[in-house]
Amino acid sequence: MKIRAQIGKVLILDKCIGCHTCSVTCKQVWTSREGAEYHWFNNVETKPGIGYPKDWENQERWKGGWVRNGNGRLEPKLGGKWRILSKIFANPDMPEIDDYYEPFDFEYSYLHNAPESEAAPTARAISQITGERMRKIEWGPNWEEILSGEFAKRSKDQNFREIEKEIYGQFEQTFMFYLPRLCEHCLNPSCLAACPSGAIYKREEDGIVLIDQEKCRGWRMCINACPYKKIYYNWHSGKSEKCIFCYPRIEAGLPTVCSETCVGRIRYLGVLLYDADRIEEAAGMVDERDLYAAQLSLFLDPRDPKVVAQARADGVPESWIEAARLSPVYKMAIDWKVAFPLHPEYRTLPMVWYVPPLSPIQAAAESGHIDHDDVMPDVRSLRIPLKYLANLLTAGDEQPIAVALERMLAMRAYMRRKHVDNVLDPAIVARVGLSEPQVEDMYRTMAIADYEDRFVIPTSHKELGEQAYDQRGICGFSFGASCSEGNSSFSLFGRDTRKTRGERAE
Amino acid sequence: MRYIDQFLFQFYPYLCLVVFFLGSWARFDRSQYTWRSQSSQFLRRKQLIWGSNLFHIGILLLFCGHFFGLLTPPEVYHRFGLSTEGKQLLAVAAGGIFAFVCFVGMTMLIHRRLMDPRIRRTSKPTDIFILLFIYAQLILGMVGIPVSIADPDGGNMLVMAEWARSILLFQGGSAELIAGVPWIYKVHIVAGMTLFLLVPFTRLVHIWSVPIWYLLRPGYQIVRQQINLAKKGA
Repeated sequence: MKIRAQIGKVLILDKCIGCHTCSVTCKQVWTSREGAEYHWFNNVETKPGIGYPKDWENQERWKGGWVRNGNGRLEPKLGGKWRILSKIFANPDMPEIDDYYEPFDFEYSYLHNAPESEAAPTARAISQITGERMRKIEWGPNWEEILSGEFAKRSKDQNFREIEKEIYGQFEQTFMFYLPRLCEHCLNPSCLAACPSGAIYKREEDGIVLIDQEKCRGWRMCINACPYKKIYYNWHSGKSEKCIFCYPRIEAGLPTVCSETCVGRIRYLGVLLYDADRIEEAAGMVDERDLYAAQLSLFLDPRDPKVVAQARADGVPESWIEAARLSPVYKMAIDWKVAFPLHPEYRTLPMVWYVPPLSPIQAAAESGHIDHDDVMPDVRSLRIPLKYLANLLTAGDEQPIAVALERMLAMRAYMRRKHVDNVLDPAIVARVGLSEPQVEDMYRTMAIADYEDRFVIPTSHKELGEQAYDQRGICGFSFGASCSEGNSSFSLFGRDTRKTRGERAE
Repeated sequence: MRYIDQFLFQFYPYLCLVVFFLGSWARFDRSQYTWRSQSSQFLRRKQLIWGSNLFHIGILLLFCGHFFGLLTPPEVYHRFGLSTEGKQLLAVAAGGIFAFVCFVGMTMLIHRRLMDPRIRRTSKPTDIFILLFIYAQLILGMVGIPVSIADPDGGNMLVMAEWARSILLFQGGSAELIAGVPWIYKVHIVAGMTLFLLVPFTRLVHIWSVPIWYLLRPGYQIVRQQINLAKKGA
């Protein structure tokens, strides 16, 4: 057993209102640069929909994630090492920028400079790649917002497999929810595995997956290999970039920008301890539906003295073990089993977990009654089909999703009885396999969601890894070579010294 | 003329090699963020899949052909039963085929780079320059093929191979060796040396980073440890 710690994340989809504050604050901090205009380290999609980039969940097309080959070993779906290298001159599977969208700005200056005319001047779209006017904006980072566009296109969503989807195109039957997505900081990252340069790495101390911008050579295999399409090629710098989990903030014990600014308080950060020796075993289950359970089995109970002793022996700092005990992620993913990994069938063991959304009771309005089983409605009569959520979160296994939704409904029913009727009804929670203190804790963590309960982040122990004396006076986080002391306006080695691209003047 | 010959075929090769090695080293050390292939596939896939594959395969084979063709001493290939005339024929045939493959690929790449607004607008001047330079060098080499066919006993080939070895073995008198070869070869040689000179200043540096080490990586995963200073006793 080799114990490592990872900062994991939970998003409660039940509380997401789709306001995009996470995406916008993230963009302002990290990706408002040339070449990164189209990068959304965090984006929010409306589901069902084909998403951003288009059709990202179709791994037959993009070859992301892992496959278990005939002799039981895991191999990137993109191919083994020779196959990957054979695609290095031109990668036939790689998405193009139009699969995301052509980044655009508007010609605002024209509003000021326009000559007098009968009609009000308009600010037309200009491409941020060519600087020229765009005839039409074809796609954007959230083109399907709140079920926009026709159902025929949206229904290409891969999560509709094994579902009679036609009825969900009818207005009365339709359903939707929001899915905020960011890098999963997987335990078994396939982007990293496919990087020929070895530029992508996972940090041992907190599990954050990063791209070494100095070592990246732009072979761009990671763009395919990440099944979540969360690695972006910067067409300006020629390097790949990805969500860095705001590591400069995490190291200081602060939540990521997307989590900090989430107005719905849907995001949670906490430490998980896991057994690194069993990663391959857990990712290599024969049946895809066993992957969720296998991933759960990797996580170790931070209250178990044997686990604590082993964690200490493997160099996990005391403050991290303490944080693991208080971790909201551990509670929701492992204790209560209400949070699930996104698409476990990709075999990357993702570490951003999702609590499935409850939804209005379908058919209640038309039939005048709801399928009740005493106090609780049947989760199968919820508007969002269980199968859809299962395809998204458990490789198609509906049972764990049903349990999670029942537990959330039970928590509501229990607290309603308590606050409205002044009655403590342990029977409600006993039926879903929870105890009263657990439900009280669930309520406190998931519904009240105080800052301290959402974010339990130990500071990093830099004193173990770095010589503070050598680090004095260095510049902080930066992109590119801007830290080098040679800052002449002319660069001998072809570094672009342009800072901004000016708007097109008329 | 003697002065220019001395410079181009005696000293210029060393100048190019020194800049090639030291320049690459300096760029790798000082500005590694600029060290990349700068692929434009992401902006436009069209013409690149065929163009880039044909170009790269063609030029790599041409490079290998030149490398072994120029630096293998005659005694060695004679021992393997390859006569001078045979080697000349091999060089012309194989070189011709690879050059054609490379030419088709480059033509597509150049058309794409100059005509596609996305690629044109995002190209740095050096990107366009180096592409046209290699194209010109390729055409010079192809123009040399009929000249080689007119010289079937391979006399010029032997002279140029001897020149290349004399440069690498610091034998001196190299410029005199090569004085008599047709000017088309001389131009091709000078341009070839210039290509080495340009490597550190263009995207060509990515050649250094051919990721063969990937094949030797044990397993797939990479985990970076914090060096535990406490354990190291530092």
